[in-house]
Amino acid sequence: MLLLTCPHCGVSAEETEFHPGGEAHLKRIGPDGDDDAFMGYLFERRNPKGVHFERWRHAFGCGKWFHLARCTVTLEVFGAYRADVHAPPAEIVERIQARRPGWTPEGEDA
Amino acid sequence: MSDPAVSWSRVRDRGMIGLRADLSVGVVRKALQKACGLPVPETRRLSVRDDRRLAWMSPDELLLVLPRAGTAPVLAAVAEAMEGRHHLAVDLSDARALFRIEGPGARETLAKGAPVDLSPAAFGLHDFRRSRLGQLAAAFGQVAEEPDAFEMVCFRSVAAHVERWLDVSCRPGSLPGVF
Repeated sequence: MLLLTCPHCGVSAEETEFHPGGEAHLKRIGPDGDDDAFMGYLFERRNPKGVHFERWRHAFGCGKWFHLARCTVTLEVFGAYRADVHAPPAEIVERIQARRPGWTPEGEDA
Repeated sequence: MSDPAVSWSRVRDRGMIGLRADLSVGVVRKALQKACGLPVPETRRLSVRDDRRLAWMSPDELLLVLPRAGTAPVLAAVAEAMEGRHHLAVDLSDARALFRIEGPGARETLAKGAPVDLSPAAFGLHDFRRSRLGQLAAAFGQVAEEPDAFEMVCFRSVAAHVERWLDVSCRPGSLPGVF
């Protein structure tokens, strides 16, 4: 069971009060993209063993979306941050690096 | 038949107004405060004055509970005070159901259904929380203490289910006695 803290209302609750919204920071492929890129945008998702960025919604609470960084192996939650950013903020990256030395956000793109 | 430590009732003579606006703007808070007749509550809190309650629902949403006859005048006052500002004020009186749960066992009754720390240290007078009750969305706040009293809103369409849920949760001898 995950214990999450909503960055909008500050509530710490277990995961049944939230709803998962899949992988975070997807880059939308618009009308200019080719079919392969669009298919990738629609269907191809990361499935890492380790640090993962996700979208969540505080469905039974304030109703707002937010981003979450957590570990898929240990279920450790590194932190939650606002939904309207394209990449995790420096503070979250630092917190992950403190717990997972050697991890870099750049490595995510490889 | 309910436990002597707790009783519940459905409150039917209340009006409810849903308010949405950018609550981080000082002018908006002042305008809403004037129109509603009580201060805009802090995050996850409840403002109480006489028989009116203003509850914090989300960073841009409030719920005003008041005697039903006051609904139309407040809607008019909000429209006037918020003229020219982006906002929403809508009469939700028939969309929501209101319950009152009171007695020393009220905390434990709610704690049976909501994944919320309801111990007196964590949840006190005028605290307000949107959560769930069993599988239903519900929001509740503490409106009185010694003895404790809570008011809870849920969607009107599931009110019959909540009534049965409360009947079961208030059964004699069913309170765990943790708090």
